[in-house]
Amino acid sequence: MLFKNVLLGIFVIFSVLGCSGQKGDLKSTVTVWHWMTDRAAAFQELAKQYETLAGVKVNFELYAPSDAYAQKIRAAAQGINLPDVFGILGEKRDFALFIRAGHILDLTPYMDANSATWKNSFFPKALAVNEFTPNNSYGIIPGIYGVPIDILTIQMVYNKKLFSHLGLNPDQPPKTLDEFLKIGPKIKAAGLQGLVSGWGETWMINCFASNYAFNIMGKDKVLATIRGEVSYTDPDWIKVFSVFKQLQDSGVLAQGLVTMINKSAEQLFANEKAVFAFNGSWCVNVYQGMNSKLEYGAMLPSQASAKYPMSIWGGAGSSFMINARSKNKEEAVKFLIWLTAQDQQAYLAKTTNNLPANKNSLSEIPEVLAQFSRGMDYATHPNIWGISEFSPVIEALDRGIQSILIGEKTPEQVAAEVQKIKEKELAKRRVN
Amino acid sequence: MTLNQMKIKATLENYVFIFPAVIIFSVFYIIPFIWMFQLGLTDWDGISFTRAFVGLHNFKEILQDNNWWQSVRNAGYITLIALTFQNILAFMLAWACDREIRMKNFYRVIFFIPPVLSAVVVGLVWRFIINDVEGANIINRVLVQLGFSNLAHNWLSDPKTALTTVALVHCWQGFGWGFLIFLAGLQTIPRELYEAARIDGADSWQAFKKITLPLMVPVIVLVAILTVLGTMNVFALIISLVGGEFAGHTSVPVLRIYYSMMRSSRFGYACAQGVTFGMMLVVISFIQYRFIRKPGKIKC
Repeated sequence: MLFKNVLLGIFVIFSVLGCSGQKGDLKSTVTVWHWMTDRAAAFQELAKQYETLAGVKVNFELYAPSDAYAQKIRAAAQGINLPDVFGILGEKRDFALFIRAGHILDLTPYMDANSATWKNSFFPKALAVNEFTPNNSYGIIPGIYGVPIDILTIQMVYNKKLFSHLGLNPDQPPKTLDEFLKIGPKIKAAGLQGLVSGWGETWMINCFASNYAFNIMGKDKVLATIRGEVSYTDPDWIKVFSVFKQLQDSGVLAQGLVTMINKSAEQLFANEKAVFAFNGSWCVNVYQGMNSKLEYGAMLPSQASAKYPMSIWGGAGSSFMINARSKNKEEAVKFLIWLTAQDQQAYLAKTTNNLPANKNSLSEIPEVLAQFSRGMDYATHPNIWGISEFSPVIEALDRGIQSILIGEKTPEQVAAEVQKIKEKELAKRRVN
Repeated sequence: MTLNQMKIKATLENYVFIFPAVIIFSVFYIIPFIWMFQLGLTDWDGISFTRAFVGLHNFKEILQDNNWWQSVRNAGYITLIALTFQNILAFMLAWACDREIRMKNFYRVIFFIPPVLSAVVVGLVWRFIINDVEGANIINRVLVQLGFSNLAHNWLSDPKTALTTVALVHCWQGFGWGFLIFLAGLQTIPRELYEAARIDGADSWQAFKKITLPLMVPVIVLVAILTVLGTMNVFALIISLVGGEFAGHTSVPVLRIYYSMMRSSRFGYACAQGVTFGMMLVVISFIQYRFIRKPGKIKC
């Protein structure tokens, strides 16, 4: 009898606890996977605010570094267990693969609702990175598939104090390539390092080369090259490759730049050992953390030609996508609408020194960040070109430029090698 | 119970004991390898649910992929340095620590510290030691102090020295494993053999040549196999030391496989590269294993 009573008591306790647990679970939970270590604390704070406001719990789960995050997302996509909200790190073609596999929700109806209020709150270039236009080469149904959280531009920064030390005007950074090259001997004589950047990681080399390609031959010719209509052995491309040789010969590049990782480059610039850095607008937060007294300004890469304007990579920095298979997609959309609203974007910009994606939140940002934001006028990005270069060609181009920088190959040799790979890839595509 | 029944029972018992290991090995090694080979026969981007069967096309492409073979050559070069320099150093240190020397336990601990460090940490520390722009430039300073200022340069950014520098850092990190295994092997050699040799008039070199070396052959081969497998798979150290492939000069097969997957989204091709690389390692290990089976063929 006593045993039966004990069992009954346990049953009642578990039933009560079970019911109370069920009641707590009624609150929706939106899970977000991200890789942004610098924004983790700010995201947690915003999640708390949203829970108080909307009664929806938002779990921001951080997976860093970004390489590990990219692998995790791919693995989750293969296992069809992506979270409600996630980001894709990669090129537009990777983005397209996720959409084609049905992992990403088309946000166009939400963006266009209420006279496109949400859509119009963003910088158009930030949104363009997440957009697939009609007749895009990826075969994706036209639409907007991602929400930009911030914007970025990748350009040059220069140390104002070191500029004065070199006898240069800190308010007039070099505008032309010739002016830039002439600083090389002065840097060498002063025992300083010139341009630092993460060129060991290669994608930044690609970015730098792309800037000069746009400047020397214009967007149309660059895109024609990607389409296979212009050869990489074209004189304009030789000029692009030659820029690297000129930079190397002038001594304006830091020693060991070709194997430098961006973290080291950031340390060198923040510690005032390097005069120039080629970096993204995220560096404002990084430099602030490393040396809050650093005096520097942002500038466009010096123009090699007056024929076309200098272009830099820019647009959406980080974007979030919504899992099309998620049961919480409506909640996820509502959360992203809230996260990208003016106040939340201003909060993120203020606490993390990143440029907000919402164009109404640009007030109260530091001057150097404002300089980066002005670079948006010159911004372009491979993700908005509507066509992607073959990966082996990009690899050959990056490797070739590294070879030029170490004096192993001439610009002409590199151009010929890149074109050879390009022809091979075009032939493969024709067969397929 | 008849004799036959007892035999059957004993056999079954044996199978029961090895069954869990077989299951684990099959699930985590055999099946993934077969699946990887299967994926290697497809053109798959790693995301799509459809995979186009392309037969042996990926494997044919590997044969013509110059970047791949350059990476194999680079890994082979690092392995050669590890097999010789690293293992000879490990053997000599183990031999020294096996003898009655002062502070031998301290040395044993010290020599085993590098292998337990993460390759990323080792890479970043050595980057700091070697690099004359970003780091302390210790190597070059020592060279200048010793009067070899003409040798001082940026070791990691010079195509002539980058791979050798990577190999030497890898050896620094890896020799501790060899040291430990060699030491364990040396300690299994009966001391009586050395005493008998000494009574017979053998000097230290003769004892080493006639006793130590022949009895250590299986251990040497084991260390060689582990060195090949460990060194051919080097990856994180290269990323942290030189940031990547450095115009192909520090490219290695695992880096190529990683780039095929993550940069080019060519999972099918990456799987084919993985299978090819795995088969290469199996063949090399098998050849080395043959030495263990026939130790008499090795004359010291």
